[in-house]
Amino acid sequence: METIAASEEDTHEEHHDHGLSDVGYIKVAIILGVLTAVEVATYFWDFGILEVPSLLILMVVKFQIVVSYFMHLKFDSKVFSYLFVTGLILAMAVFAAMGTSMVFWQDPSGCDASSFC
Amino acid sequence: MTDVAESSTSQLAYGPTDWDDHHHLPTNTGLTNEKITMWAFLGSDCLLFGSLVSTYLLLRNRVGPATRGPTAADLFDIPFTSVSSFVLLMSSLTMVLAVTSIQRAEMERCKLWLLTTAALGSIFIAGQVYEFTGFYREGLGFTTNISSSAFFTLTGFHGVHVSLGIVMLVTMWVLVSGGHLGPERAETIEIIGLYWHFVDIVWIVIFAVVYLIP
Repeated sequence: METIAASEEDTHEEHHDHGLSDVGYIKVAIILGVLTAVEVATYFWDFGILEVPSLLILMVVKFQIVVSYFMHLKFDSKVFSYLFVTGLILAMAVFAAMGTSMVFWQDPSGCDASSFC
Repeated sequence: MTDVAESSTSQLAYGPTDWDDHHHLPTNTGLTNEKITMWAFLGSDCLLFGSLVSTYLLLRNRVGPATRGPTAADLFDIPFTSVSSFVLLMSSLTMVLAVTSIQRAEMERCKLWLLTTAALGSIFIAGQVYEFTGFYREGLGFTTNISSSAFFTLTGFHGVHVSLGIVMLVTMWVLVSGGHLGPERAETIEIIGLYWHFVDIVWIVIFAVVYLIP
């Protein structure tokens, strides 16, 4: 019984570690605000060939920060991560499937399916 | 065996507030079913928005042979949308502060942050309505062309999610104000917070992929 109790206590500590303090969350929000400002800057200044890659990287970083800290995924049970990442992978699979079916599988006449011609 | 039997019986007898007091969760996983369900829902919602974003990206520059008119990308007001995005981003901060407040039993502060989050969400929705109205005046309606249909479907679905989130937040505020939701049920606010943060990350993707990437 003692072993079970110790195990349950470990589980409790693992699942109820709520991560950052209020000040920590404010710092995270400031970082997100700065990243958003950099994103918007790409609209006003020409970043050349780096524009699209930098926007994609900034998007992924912001996404990761919100999921990890605000949604506590970094501190919570791995079960939640598995559920969420499964959805993300399926969403990317849908995108890949649509991309291949509508862009790459073109009609021999040059009229691809997505142009509705 | 007797201990186990007594433990099982007493756990079944516990109400939803009691097990929090005893720091034990009456589930096999040690996680609450409500939280697992919300994460499963969010995972499935990724599929919905993944499909909508994919559709928009494939149709963004296509107006079709029988239709004409501008695309949404021709009419974007990036400075305005940037402010809206910042407002929604900051609402995630106020949401997480509401969660930490109720966990510390600071009910007045929790109510304040819940209302602030709902207000910031309402400002975002007001901005979206203003943006859509402007597009319509410029001749871009839902059925103008397939590009506009894809755009309004994507951003409209996101707007509906935000609106539902606002309803949930106001409901939480009413429950907390009436004393029906206390620190022992802090996870309820946390679960609503998960939904709100998800709405925020979806907008992070939409803002970058739809609005900013040329």
